[in-house]
Amino acid sequence: MSYIAKPKVSWAGQERNSLGLTLADYEGGLSTLCAGCGHDSITAALVRGFWELGLEPEQVIKLSGIGCSSKTPAYFLSGAHGFNSVHGRMPSVATGAQAARRDLIAVGISGDGDSLSIGFGQFAHAVRRNLNVLYIIENNGVYGLTKGQFSASADPGSKAKKGAANRNQAIDPVATAITLGGSFAARSFSGDKKQLVPLIKAGLMHPGCAVIDVVSPCVTFNDHEGSTKSYAWTRQHLHATVEADYVPPSTEIQVDYDDGAHTDVNLHDGSVLRLKKTDPDYDPSNRAGALDFLEAHRARAEVVTGLLYIDPDLPTFHDIAGTSKQPLTQHEFEDLSPGADALAELQKGLR
Amino acid sequence: MTQRFHHANACGMLGKTALGGPTAEGATMKPTDTRNPDYFHKVVDCQWACPAHTDVPEYIRLIAQGRFTDAYMVNRESNVFPGILGRVCDRPCEPACRRGRIDDKPVAICRLKRVAADHKEDIRARLPDVPKRKNGRKIALIGAGCASLTVCNDLVPLGYECTVFEKLDKPGGLMRSNIPAFRLPARVLDEEMDYILDMGVDLRLNSPVESMQSLLDEGFDAVFVGSGAPKGKELDIPGRQEADANIHIGIEWLEAVAFGHTEAIGRKVLIIGVGNTAMDCCRTSLRLGADDVRVMARKPRDFFKASDWELEDAEEEQVEIVINRSPKKFVVEEGKLTGMVFEVMEYAIENGRITDTRVTGEEFLAADDVILAIGQETAFPWIERDIGIEFNQWDEPVCDRTTHQSTRPGVFFGGDAAFGPENIIWAVEHGHQAAISIHNYCNGKQVEDRLPQTMNLGSRKMGIHEWSYSNYFEPIARRKMEHVPLTERFRELDTEVELGFTAEQTACEVERCLNCDIQTVFTDSLCIECDACIDICPTQCLTITENGREEDVGARLTAAPKNPDQPMYISDQLEQTGRIMVKDENVCVHCGLCAERCPTAAWDMQKSILGIPYAKDHDVMPIAKVGS
Repeated sequence: MSYIAKPKVSWAGQERNSLGLTLADYEGGLSTLCAGCGHDSITAALVRGFWELGLEPEQVIKLSGIGCSSKTPAYFLSGAHGFNSVHGRMPSVATGAQAARRDLIAVGISGDGDSLSIGFGQFAHAVRRNLNVLYIIENNGVYGLTKGQFSASADPGSKAKKGAANRNQAIDPVATAITLGGSFAARSFSGDKKQLVPLIKAGLMHPGCAVIDVVSPCVTFNDHEGSTKSYAWTRQHLHATVEADYVPPSTEIQVDYDDGAHTDVNLHDGSVLRLKKTDPDYDPSNRAGALDFLEAHRARAEVVTGLLYIDPDLPTFHDIAGTSKQPLTQHEFEDLSPGADALAELQKGLR
Repeated sequence: MTQRFHHANACGMLGKTALGGPTAEGATMKPTDTRNPDYFHKVVDCQWACPAHTDVPEYIRLIAQGRFTDAYMVNRESNVFPGILGRVCDRPCEPACRRGRIDDKPVAICRLKRVAADHKEDIRARLPDVPKRKNGRKIALIGAGCASLTVCNDLVPLGYECTVFEKLDKPGGLMRSNIPAFRLPARVLDEEMDYILDMGVDLRLNSPVESMQSLLDEGFDAVFVGSGAPKGKELDIPGRQEADANIHIGIEWLEAVAFGHTEAIGRKVLIIGVGNTAMDCCRTSLRLGADDVRVMARKPRDFFKASDWELEDAEEEQVEIVINRSPKKFVVEEGKLTGMVFEVMEYAIENGRITDTRVTGEEFLAADDVILAIGQETAFPWIERDIGIEFNQWDEPVCDRTTHQSTRPGVFFGGDAAFGPENIIWAVEHGHQAAISIHNYCNGKQVEDRLPQTMNLGSRKMGIHEWSYSNYFEPIARRKMEHVPLTERFRELDTEVELGFTAEQTACEVERCLNCDIQTVFTDSLCIECDACIDICPTQCLTITENGREEDVGARLTAAPKNPDQPMYISDQLEQTGRIMVKDENVCVHCGLCAERCPTAAWDMQKSILGIPYAKDHDVMPIAKVGS
């Protein structure tokens, strides 16, 4: 953390987005995380993603549970709505928020402790219900807030700061999300904004539950030799597969990829998710293939990144639950509470 | 830890060369050579722009701490006349100030300099000791202005005996004769000149030098010519001779006013020309009884030579500035000036340049007096042309830009006398450089044999989140100088118009300084490429990217580069990915957050101290030996 807040400086030639806002307009409060924390980079990637999409901050709701990761919603989009919930219960609150206000864009920030230990069940059901949320897991393999114990995503054999090796098996949130029937499963690295920012934009615009597992090194407790979630180890073992980017509706599509190896995934609103394969044989629409691929690379100790699985056509939570298109806050009171006579009438039909 | 580098200041202007430029393969950018003192010096825009390279951020910091005397002495080291310059400097530092790129208005550097001068304590104990035993070298200096006095300031403490010849009965040169007392009070001028004169300068007033040859015959070891540019330009148009009684040459007229020879002027006055001298003439006229003063400019406002603040100050006093009027003739009736006829001009202007000129008519303006302020030039009727001092086709002395030596060894020129009219701060710098040359010359060394500038870097880290400078970014706007009310301003000729900053104004203005001398210094071997610095940077200065050709790297920056004159800071390859760290210095506010957020201290905030060599640093034999 720092003592002085990031100053708000404007200067000639500062870039503005389609709403006329600067990057600084999408920032939040002063981060209290450790200097060099990967989470702060993810925060910066989110700021840039929202800014590039030109979303209005007040159109967004930020949700989180407990942990270092769950502090980060405080550090971006101070103009957005937010709810900091109980440990591991972010998906429940997100479900409620979406049921009442499906006009808001929901972004849930969680960590490996929050989503893979205490909130594992919540995570699973959010994914299988295809809850309309961008679900970011800031994954550092340790419980940073309680001084660096192994978390459920720590790889077997990786070493803690004082040298003890982890003997438990690891949960891979991406593989888990695919097995649970997730519609968007991706992995990235906090130190690779070139990949992460477009992925965040794609995830925000994806209609269902977009899970992005972001390897986010803990500089204080998990950035040493022997760690498999350090900056150096992640960089050495990175294997990028499919880059994704969001192309808004009615944008003239310009092919600026050098090798032309890209596929477009059409979303219902006319926009496009443009996928660029850096691994030419990989097919992100093949569920079994994706799991196979993940398993093969796990065995080679490689960190597979990119958009690993996508199915934009799966029904989302809103389709299935038939949520009100109009936010509940915008209904007349009489519509929401039609009175005792209407209740009696309803009950009569159920007798 | 302090690193010290001694490297030749060889490449002069840095510009694009600091960007690294292509390597032998022509493919990638080379890391910035920060061992060259110019790199970090150029980041301190104000210091780089100042001819004397005054350490501006350092003295502003001292003012912020209430250490006015220390701030004054930091100034005096390089610019010798802080109280004078704090009022009337041309301020090349202010247009260069980085703050001007953040919120349009630069830090009020000049005004803060005056704050230090106004509030300092007695500094005499801090002036250099003058040896009782002289070194046996005698120097003659012509003209008691800022250039000559700077030479004395540098040489008298080394044991030189300096004799200054001044044609007027008071020292000060153009600072006294051409700058009106309402801008520069005599007490300020006297005080700062006395610091030097009291070192034991042999000042000979009322002693114009009539012949260079006879001066040289007197056996001085070296001669310094600091006689300024004393000749005002003429305007040879019809009626000039007939109306001579009411037509005045600006600088001569100002001198006559300064020395009390002229005490009145007509009610209607026209000033021809729109430079800073014109501003002094129009404002002085108002104080001598004129009430209808117009400044006549041939071109539109964008082409004015006067500084913006001098124009503003004149207009505040209700002087009318008339544009697009070219003088055609003086109108004389019954042997007396009644006014002037001007051609009304029209210009076609493209991209700030005049491409076509048209005369659309004529206009008569009545006037009791006309003052010509259309420029000044050097004049050396007293230098014989057959004594080895060459003059060029414009009758200016041929002299070296660095050493200031003329074509006759041992004769040096400085100030306006050297290369034509400049300003006080340039004259001071000339004086410093000429003093080095004279010192070398008198000791049998080559005059070109000069020490390079040096650069010292020292960390300003005090603790995890503490720096020994005020790194908070103060968003407040530039403070405005208070002036004496118009109703009181004209009663006395020497009522100083500017009141100086109040304590509150000073406290705000010092915080506007961005501390550009507290450099962001990067150590590539420590970087783990976590992006923390890039994420926290409030002005998007930083980028980690693949190395490549300059234009490719430029295109990949976090924010597109906006200032081609500001070199970029390029690191060597980073360990984990082989990429490079690039910093665009242009709008860095030196908040230190990159260093604060860096988990490995790869970024550090280090104060850069430019080592400027003066005559005293040019080591020659011990004085005792020389004298014996």
